[in-house]
Amino acid sequence: RICVITLAEAHPLLQSGKTIKSINYQISANCSRLQNKVSGKSKRGAQFLTELAPLCRISSSDGEEYTIYSCIRGRLIEVNENILSNPAILQEKPSTEGYIAVVLPKFEESKSITQGLLTQKEYEEVLLKRLNSS
Amino acid sequence: MSSLTEKDRPIVQLLLNTGTCPRCILRFCCVGSQALYRRPYKDLMKDLKEFLKNNQEKEDTVCLDVVDPPCKRIRLEHVEEGPDELSHNGALQQIPSVNDESTAMENSAVKVCNVCLGILQEFCEADFVKKVCHQVNSADYQFTSFVFSVSLPPQLSVREVSVYRYFFITYMRMKESNCGIKLGLSLAKDDIVQLKEAYKWIIHPQLSEELGVPADGKSLFEVSVVFAHPETEEECHFLAAACPDCFKPAKNKQSVFTRMAVIKALEKIKEEDFLKHFPCPPSSPKNLCVALEIQCNNGAVFVAGRYNKYSRNLPQTPWIIDGERKLESSVEELISEHLMAEFKAESFNFSSSGREDVDVRTLGNGRPFAIELVNPRRIHFTAEEMKGLQQTINNSSDKIQVRDLQLVTRSAIGRMKEGEEEKTKTYSALIWTDKAIQKEDIAFLDDIKELKLDQKTPLRVLHRRPLAVRCRIIHTMKAEYIDEHHFRLHLKTQAGTYIKEFVHGDFGRTKPNIGSLLNRTADILELDVESVDVDWPPTLDN
Repeated sequence: RICVITLAEAHPLLQSGKTIKSINYQISANCSRLQNKVSGKSKRGAQFLTELAPLCRISSSDGEEYTIYSCIRGRLIEVNENILSNPAILQEKPSTEGYIAVVLPKFEESKSITQGLLTQKEYEEVLLKRLNSS
Repeated sequence: MSSLTEKDRPIVQLLLNTGTCPRCILRFCCVGSQALYRRPYKDLMKDLKEFLKNNQEKEDTVCLDVVDPPCKRIRLEHVEEGPDELSHNGALQQIPSVNDESTAMENSAVKVCNVCLGILQEFCEADFVKKVCHQVNSADYQFTSFVFSVSLPPQLSVREVSVYRYFFITYMRMKESNCGIKLGLSLAKDDIVQLKEAYKWIIHPQLSEELGVPADGKSLFEVSVVFAHPETEEECHFLAAACPDCFKPAKNKQSVFTRMAVIKALEKIKEEDFLKHFPCPPSSPKNLCVALEIQCNNGAVFVAGRYNKYSRNLPQTPWIIDGERKLESSVEELISEHLMAEFKAESFNFSSSGREDVDVRTLGNGRPFAIELVNPRRIHFTAEEMKGLQQTINNSSDKIQVRDLQLVTRSAIGRMKEGEEEKTKTYSALIWTDKAIQKEDIAFLDDIKELKLDQKTPLRVLHRRPLAVRCRIIHTMKAEYIDEHHFRLHLKTQAGTYIKEFVHGDFGRTKPNIGSLLNRTADILELDVESVDVDWPPTLDN
């Protein structure tokens, strides 16, 4: 099951007033997501991601830096290079052209991963709770 | 027996006395006359006896020398040199003297041949032929010729080598040196008639007559018999010790001792090693070979045509996940079902010039396909019958229709696959846009020619395809305005273009796309294949 990682609705970067200054796929001295190369059907050579693996770091013009995490385990298939050349689409079309990365989990883990995610409804409930409590 | 000459005499005598059947003797004497082998067994026996007797009566110094004294001389030497020379297990046994000749020959008439293990004896008789033909006829195949293939147990190669290489060659050498006479034997291995060849000489005409069709090496109908001789199965095993690298265990073969491996080992093995482990001449077995299986197989036939798909809920091949069928039926099943029944085939292989998704219709002339019918019992169908078949298929379902149904050759399939990679296709897509459009907004699409696309492997297939970028061309487009949020687009594209992704952009991974061209968000509601531009199979008057 292919997974596409995007910014969630409520992410600060998607709130009004924020402009993106830069996006960096170099997450450490040895690791750049841009250097991810996969080959073949089984996507050999892919960087393996855990839930907390950083995908990229985004800096906004007001000085804040946000790290975007994978959130699921699996092989990194590709990162979206279009947002490097055109950061605007990240905010304009976060759920489609502005995606962050494509990840392919292990077939056996597919089901358990899906179950660990929230449905749209469940997410909206979480947001509501957050609003009410703050 | 005219084909046998003087030089054959010692061989004939030797082999007859040690339990070799007449036909094998003829083989070792390089007799190439097929008719001789076909003579009845008893007659051949008689002829050989006659041959030996005649030559004995002649006053021929060469004869006498060759036949009588050397035998005795060998025995003498055997005694003189003692056990060392013949300490090999079963090497050169004592040659029975001429006097024992008649009794030996009488015995060998009923003995199972020590070389062919009965193949050129029992298995040339009318009874066996009848048995084979009975099997063939009851299997109910349609055929106009046959090819008869025989699988012989590997022990036969070992025994052949034992007789040829080590028995009479050595014997001849000894005799030559003893008599001081050059017998001028140039027994090239290649001159010896192969067992399989002789067997086919004898059995083909009989099978042919019984079945009523000719034997033809190129025939698609194969009758195969597998022979085995359990009694001597272990005879090959000594080769494994002598030449271990010839015998590699293969996963799907039951025994490591395949014919090829055995023959290879026989070529490699040293003379001393062979003589150490295998008796020369080979022993006479108690039993005949057994014919394990008699099987019939018809070569595959190929049926080609073009299909239309009118359902948006039909996969091309059965859609089964974890043993559960996700959608009822499939294009291939709907077409093959009737063909399988008519041709009475064992199984089929369906292939087509490209595929379409479950929810895509195939209109126009349809998509070329070909079905390989494996081991069919019926192979002859007239053009009329094919038309009838086509009608039956078309009547059975409204989800698919076929046309141009015909028999084709295997090589024709190549043309179809060529179409998959090279030929253009035309489509019709129903497109939705988020922002309103007017007629003018889509008019420019008609003018775009040879639009180059870069398509990354679509996400919807990425789990089972490698990640890659494909360059594809949209040759022409024509837009039909429907309303503010809908229009129909007709396009002609290069083979291998992902149309759906061209419309919705696949997260921006197909560029350009309709969305980017119109500066809107677009999605595809319906897709139809209007034509597959391959001119194969030939169009028939449907």
